[in-house]
Amino acid sequence: MEDFKITPIRNGTVIDHITAGQALNVLKILNVNENTINSTISVAMHVRSQKGYMWKDIIKIEDRELDPKTLDQIALLAPNATIAIIRDFYVAEKYKVKLYDRVFGLARCSNPDCITNKGEPVETEFIVTSRDPPALRCAYCDRMLTNISDNLI
Amino acid sequence: MDHREFYDKDIVSIRDLTREQIELILDLSEEMIPYARGEKKTHTLDGRILGNLFFEPSTRTRLSFESAAHRLGADVIDVSQMSMTSIAKGETLADTIRMVDTYCDVIVLRHPHEGAARLAAKFSENPVINAGDGAGSHPTQTLLDLFTMRREKGSLDGLNIVLVGDLKYGRTVHSLADALTMFGAKLTFVAPESLQMPADIMEHLKAKGCNPVQTDDLESTIADADVLYVTRIQRERFPDPAEYSKVAGTYRIDNAMLREARNDAIVMHPLPRIDEIAPEVDGTEHAKYFEQAFNGIPVRMALLCSILGGEI
Repeated sequence: MEDFKITPIRNGTVIDHITAGQALNVLKILNVNENTINSTISVAMHVRSQKGYMWKDIIKIEDRELDPKTLDQIALLAPNATIAIIRDFYVAEKYKVKLYDRVFGLARCSNPDCITNKGEPVETEFIVTSRDPPALRCAYCDRMLTNISDNLI
Repeated sequence: MDHREFYDKDIVSIRDLTREQIELILDLSEEMIPYARGEKKTHTLDGRILGNLFFEPSTRTRLSFESAAHRLGADVIDVSQMSMTSIAKGETLADTIRMVDTYCDVIVLRHPHEGAARLAAKFSENPVINAGDGAGSHPTQTLLDLFTMRREKGSLDGLNIVLVGDLKYGRTVHSLADALTMFGAKLTFVAPESLQMPADIMEHLKAKGCNPVQTDDLESTIADADVLYVTRIQRERFPDPAEYSKVAGTYRIDNAMLREARNDAIVMHPLPRIDEIAPEVDGTEHAKYFEQAFNGIPVRMALLCSILGGEI
């Protein structure tokens, strides 16, 4: 019998197959340190995947479904993450996050001299140059984004 | 494929151009030389207006764009003092561009912030030419550098090119190194460690199959060089003046040093120079930096002519 490290949830979202070590950064995206959250969030880090040869992190969020921007930001940190929407203990929907070839408005450029950091009326834009692990190049200044999790907006 | 494919196109980064497109511009630049010297006349851009928007000081780039436009029969409008404009009142670049766009047919932009030209191109209906954006790219300088190398060495393929000086903040060397990889150049980067080529650019060059040598020892690189491309260590790019004073004057090319060089090795510099090249070098066959400065005219003529649909 499988040993549950985190118990099943009645309603909410399970983010599985998070790149090992990224769970805390994903929690930042979910704003867990703000006082606006009225549900339980469980985290499992460095868990063996079912295939047994990979490590992964898992997050379960009770009574909350994630908006598209949050999902797109998770894809920037954990491109293989899967999202399961749980309703009354059953998996109502399951899909993988999608990392697009270009991402808009999800992160700020880490180059302080980039024009996008100077109060211009533009959304940031990055070209995805590598998918796993993700690497982003600013479409304006051409610099690589040096730390994705610290620059999410 | 001919130069008409550039009609109405922005020139923002050298990365936007293929080797074939670069060669087209260089070929047309060659044809522009007698016009650039005033030996032949053309009015192919008669009635067209170039808007020169320089948010940073410039001598060569600004004057050569103006000269190139006049040689093709176009008019030039510009802002002589940014402190007298709405920009000084806090207007965004986006708004400035939308306004200037209605006054001219092509915008030439120099700006202190990286990515400014890409932003301008998004807001402008007319084409935008990047004349340098902060420590970012300076594609027309790259084109005139390539043009100079090709004219002096006969071909760009497989040249042994040594880039010297401020490789961290110097925008010309970033664009140039990028372009040279398309021509199979062997690159050597000479700089103090604190001014070496940024890691992301090194990664980009390696991804394109180039494996540049990095060193701080200039003398060891001179004997094998086809081109010594020297840059000024730019005081204005240093956030900390103390850091500038540590590295200022690190490298100086003089005739004694050039005795180790091949007879046909050339010395280039985007200018202005301070003390990186001794004046005694100016009179030698190695010195090509004033030809390089002139070459800005035919290259920018070729770009303006192509972008605005002129014919010669």
